[in-house]
Amino acid sequence: MQARKYRKVVGLGAMLAVLGLLAGACGSDAEGASGDDGFRIAIVAPSASNDLAFSQSIVDGVNALTGVSAVDITDGTFIVDDAAAAIRAYAEEGYDLVIGHGSQYGGSLQEIAADFPDVAFAWGTSADTFGLPNVSAYTAASDQGGYVMGTMAASMTSTGIIGVIGPIAVGDAKLYVDGFVNGATATVSGITVNVNYIESFSDVALAAEAAQGHVANGADILTGTAQMVVGATGVAAEHGAKWFGTQSNQTALGADIVVASQVYKWEVVLQDLVDGIKKGDLGGESHTITLENGGLLIEFNDGVDAGHAKTIGEAAIKRISAGLLGTGS
Amino acid sequence: MSEFFTVASLVFVVGSGIRLATPFLLAGLGETIGQRSGVLNLGVDGVMLLGAFGAYWTILETRNPVAGILVGIAVGLVMGLVYGVITVSLRAEQGISGIGIFLFGLGISDLLFQKKVGTPIPIRGFGDLHIPLLADIPKVGEMFFQHSVLVYIAFLLVPVVAFLLNRTTFGLNVRAVGENPAAADSLGVSVVRVRYTTVLLANGLAGLAGAVLAAELGIFQQNLTNGQGFIAIALVYFGAWRPMGVMAGALLFGMVSATVLQWKTLGLVSGAASSLTAMAPAVLTILALVVISRTVGQPAALTRPFDRGH
Repeated sequence: MQARKYRKVVGLGAMLAVLGLLAGACGSDAEGASGDDGFRIAIVAPSASNDLAFSQSIVDGVNALTGVSAVDITDGTFIVDDAAAAIRAYAEEGYDLVIGHGSQYGGSLQEIAADFPDVAFAWGTSADTFGLPNVSAYTAASDQGGYVMGTMAASMTSTGIIGVIGPIAVGDAKLYVDGFVNGATATVSGITVNVNYIESFSDVALAAEAAQGHVANGADILTGTAQMVVGATGVAAEHGAKWFGTQSNQTALGADIVVASQVYKWEVVLQDLVDGIKKGDLGGESHTITLENGGLLIEFNDGVDAGHAKTIGEAAIKRISAGLLGTGS
Repeated sequence: MSEFFTVASLVFVVGSGIRLATPFLLAGLGETIGQRSGVLNLGVDGVMLLGAFGAYWTILETRNPVAGILVGIAVGLVMGLVYGVITVSLRAEQGISGIGIFLFGLGISDLLFQKKVGTPIPIRGFGDLHIPLLADIPKVGEMFFQHSVLVYIAFLLVPVVAFLLNRTTFGLNVRAVGENPAAADSLGVSVVRVRYTTVLLANGLAGLAGAVLAAELGIFQQNLTNGQGFIAIALVYFGAWRPMGVMAGALLFGMVSATVLQWKTLGLVSGAASSLTAMAPAVLTILALVVISRTVGQPAALTRPFDRGH
């Protein structure tokens, strides 16, 4: 009798856990996309699909593709093992393209892709295809937009101090930060750009406190990359500092403070990928979105008067796109 | 390193450390009450997430931060009731049940956020409350007396909880139940009633901790707490199940985090050193935990369900 009761209560605890996991898995949504030729894409992403940053950029990109019948998303897989399980499940279900959107998924994707040679995989942000013919890599030349933002920020600051909040110094986050610093220092010599990598992609509270630190040290312009910056934008708004966004348009986080955002348009490279897969080419190449190919867009917020900084930014965009200006990264 | 040892820099570190310590302190105080009665809740982080979402959504809808905080507490109390039924009435294994509560909170808070809100929308919480006269004291005022009202409430709760546990009949009953529930029961103390009360208080404070986090950050995001609830549990052990000790642990964790942030902002650490220093708060806490756990024993009946007659 006692043992039966014990099993019952352990079962209750387990049921709670399963309920929670199921609820989390409800982030997995099948969405119809334009086209009905049976081409299905699955996305596995580390944060919420509407995070106004990294994960949203790939979801927006895939939803903009033509010739795709269904899109399925598993988001919030910040635990790599969970992501690996989802990637493998999608491959087993025969999705035409499985996207592992996170540099941390590389090891898992390399292993899984080798087990499913007839399924096309894409991994970003990275330039490494592991030498596998069914893996495409994609990345962003985010240093380009970073450089543009840096030139604008340098021309707008009145204290001469700018604060940058980074997650971990890898991938497109590091490229963006490096480009931003180079753009700012190339525009105003002697300007101070304080960079703080908080060593986390998800710690919103720490990112907010890093922003507090920048403001306390005199910064009146802030920028940051990755999904944890949603806390930092609140600090910028509270202290009247301006904000430069990246990955997605972040104007919604502060219509009065967001000057401009570098927006990833992954569809520029993904459309070629999809068209190639339909013709039997499963991948094996690396793709990069840039200002030149239209994969990177700088979207200005008309709600913030950037003055001549906008002109400076537009000039930098033209020169980088034309190959006349390097970002130094 | 001389840039760090300036008055302005130290003022920031102290102020920042206090802000960072606040959610840990609230959740840790609650968990202290629960553990002193013998109930461990590994689901603190999940309850914090639910409290955070409840508060965020309420503030978003009503623009009333007070209502948001109250909803956060209420959500915590509801989860406390659930956890009480599972662990006190049904006598389920506390570790597994706590993990279940955590996963439930993690999943449901995200699901509700996706369905009810969608994309992150900023909210306005409580502004900083400058305490008259004290806030005007140069530097000291900036460090200690220019925080959100929620920060003051959290620190004022420390002596309140200490008094509750050490100077009241209820506190005596809590400690008795946590050390020897059978003996307490034989003296007429209702173990079930005491544990339900402590579990409700613990989860209410966890819900408040989450609500404070959301209100102070002005945003909600999936897994907003980022494991803060688990650190709060560690701080209970660090603080030797005493409110003052928990406060010391939360402040240590917050101050070390703030120091590391300031070092990075000033460019005093970079590259591999930056990654290593990011681990400093956790490493220091674990080291202190090892030392303290060797000298102070946990409540004897911690994690043990009470079954009258067995």
